[in-house]
Amino acid sequence: MYQKIFEKYSPKKENLIYILHDIQDANPQNYVSEEAVQAVSEFLNISLSHIYGVLTFYTMYSTKPRGKNVVRLCESPPCFLKGSEKMLKKLREILGVRIGETSEDGLFTLELCACLGVCGNAPVMMINEDVYGDLTEEKLETIIAEIKGRS
Amino acid sequence: MSLKRTDILLCCGSGCVSAGALKVKQALIDELKKQGISEEINIIETGCMGPCDYGPVMMVYPEGVFYRKVSVDDVPEMVEEHFVKGRPLKRLMMQDANEKIFDQIKDIPFYKKQVKVALENCGFINPELIEEYIAVGGYEAIGKALTEYTPEETIEIVKKSGLRGRGGGGFPTGLKWQFGRASQDPVKYIICNGDEGDPGAFMDRSLLEGDPHRVLEGMMLAAYAIGAQKGFFYIRAEYPLAIRRIKNAIQQAHEFGLLGDNIFGTNFSFDAEVRTGAGAFVCGEETALIASIQGKRGEPTSKPPYPSTSGLWEKPTVVNNVETLANLSTIFNKGPEWFAGMGSETSKGTKVFALTGDLNNTGLVEVPMGVTLRELIFEVGGGIPNGRKFKAVQLGGPSGGCLTSEHLDTAIDYESLKAAGAMVGSGGIIVMDDSKCMVNIAKFFLEFSLDESCGKCTPCRVGLKQMHEILERITSGKGKEGDIEELERLGHTIKDTALCGLGQTAPNPVLSTIRYFRNEYESHIKYKSCEATICLPLMHFLIDQDTCIGCGLCSRKCPVSCITGSQKEKYKIDQTACVKCGNCAEVCPVHAVKRIPGTGYTKSDAKNGLYE
Repeated sequence: MYQKIFEKYSPKKENLIYILHDIQDANPQNYVSEEAVQAVSEFLNISLSHIYGVLTFYTMYSTKPRGKNVVRLCESPPCFLKGSEKMLKKLREILGVRIGETSEDGLFTLELCACLGVCGNAPVMMINEDVYGDLTEEKLETIIAEIKGRS
Repeated sequence: MSLKRTDILLCCGSGCVSAGALKVKQALIDELKKQGISEEINIIETGCMGPCDYGPVMMVYPEGVFYRKVSVDDVPEMVEEHFVKGRPLKRLMMQDANEKIFDQIKDIPFYKKQVKVALENCGFINPELIEEYIAVGGYEAIGKALTEYTPEETIEIVKKSGLRGRGGGGFPTGLKWQFGRASQDPVKYIICNGDEGDPGAFMDRSLLEGDPHRVLEGMMLAAYAIGAQKGFFYIRAEYPLAIRRIKNAIQQAHEFGLLGDNIFGTNFSFDAEVRTGAGAFVCGEETALIASIQGKRGEPTSKPPYPSTSGLWEKPTVVNNVETLANLSTIFNKGPEWFAGMGSETSKGTKVFALTGDLNNTGLVEVPMGVTLRELIFEVGGGIPNGRKFKAVQLGGPSGGCLTSEHLDTAIDYESLKAAGAMVGSGGIIVMDDSKCMVNIAKFFLEFSLDESCGKCTPCRVGLKQMHEILERITSGKGKEGDIEELERLGHTIKDTALCGLGQTAPNPVLSTIRYFRNEYESHIKYKSCEATICLPLMHFLIDQDTCIGCGLCSRKCPVSCITGSQKEKYKIDQTACVKCGNCAEVCPVHAVKRIPGTGYTKSDAKNGLYE
């Protein structure tokens, strides 16, 4: 099942990060499974420990199943100054989860992340590849409701 | 291409997109169609225009009208008034505090002090079309260098310009190239460091998104100078739009013969590729970045060997920051003397700064080196909002230091800021008003570095943790005498012994706040009081008896039932039982609940070990 992804790359160690990105993106649960790691290990002829080393080093990868949408709230100082703590409280309330958990409907996983580089519009968050800025508690409700409506 | 009477430049930088620019674009398309004037009006998506706080923003030419905070609901009126009737919409233009309306972009104070070099085309051209970049003089510099200058002459020009690395280190770019050139290996690499991660800095993102060809041209100049055949853009995965734009630029440059073999009919052959990270701040450090490109954990290695002798795949490698590369084409087009004519004695040219925090105008600005902090914060940035006062400014993100109002007249250049205890860094400027607690802020910055530490070297991994524990203790009211000295001792040791730039600079926010706000640390430790009333154990809520109307709402909303009273006697909080949730202050209809520094009870009443 990973053959399609492997076909895009030559079996070189330097491609590991991109292969892992692709595998994670193709997984509806947004993570890299043990079975996938095994397959990558065979394809690139590198050890499982090396792959796990890389997987757990970078924050964007997950080795556990996640929701369909990954909500990443920026916790860096400029957003903190503009009230990201309040946004976190609100997000936890709306989604009914703690940091790192997935909502019961399997739609959202809540994560914190480092600076997203949209500090002029702090506080900000990223859901999958979309950035939402100038967040307020009301805005959070609308955004989450909109995504829920779409899925 | 049909001739258009009006160009709408719509800012589609990440800031404006996050504020809804793409929805505004769709509304404009629909409304112009409805009015039957789609054929006459051009909508162009551009890169960042700067004033992110006012997004979505747009500019309309030929008039040069600047609109801010445009919402979907404004679009029908704007199209009807401006594009049909020719009457620009005053209510969407920039205004100052005295409600003076600026109908021309050039008069707006935010732009007045700015000189755009790296950002020259940002917000002015369509970043997805190579034709637009070429139309404003793009790829002339590389053409000239390849056909008129030797690589050595190219290095000389950059040296003469005085350009220094814009990523944080401030190392002279020409000298770095010279080291790269001097390495004898036939295979060399050039890397563009686009792993911008400093909280509060977003110039690299804006440049990659808003003018990708300029960065690519800069990389080609660097490659020619050092003799590299291959370049890599390392861009963090959090910047998907920047990645798409650079990939698009590389593809277009290929189609135009500007990348590949024998460029401009010369012997110079060059190609570029994009590599992305996966979320690790430390990858901005050049040796960690190189490890990441090779598919490894992004952990730094000790230097020497420097990348210029042994870098990517052990080959000589020059790593330049995005903004550094973005300055190059203009240096070649306008001459190094022109560039060196701006700035201060040791820091030439202009620098892009990202203004964030408690400021009226946040956003991206480019000013000549040497302007003062006061000019940047109060003139360009428009001062502090909500009637508050300026308290401190953090320069250079979590690696930098904070400065106070005493330093407002310091010139912004590499040496002056370093002398004052801060740094230019990548150009992030976080302004804080007087409602902020500096101990808490220092703890927060340290937390960032602690989170992002790769864990390879002990000083950074263990030392930062120790510092953080002490700060945690101080802000929770359990600080002890000697804590400040211990923080200083640890901080200096980590600075001296950590392996890479992350660890070596991580203690700076703590050390600089101790230097300039020592009294706040002392008041947290000795007097159990947070003057800014941010650290909850060191503040208390007090019901102002004269204002209280005795409605009892606070008492009913209190989760620990520590508020008692009656309509007659008014309400009071039992300070030793209060959990500082703040519900009472939130629900009080007459704002009688005040935040007061200090615990609100005496040593003998304490039940929570605060005074042990």
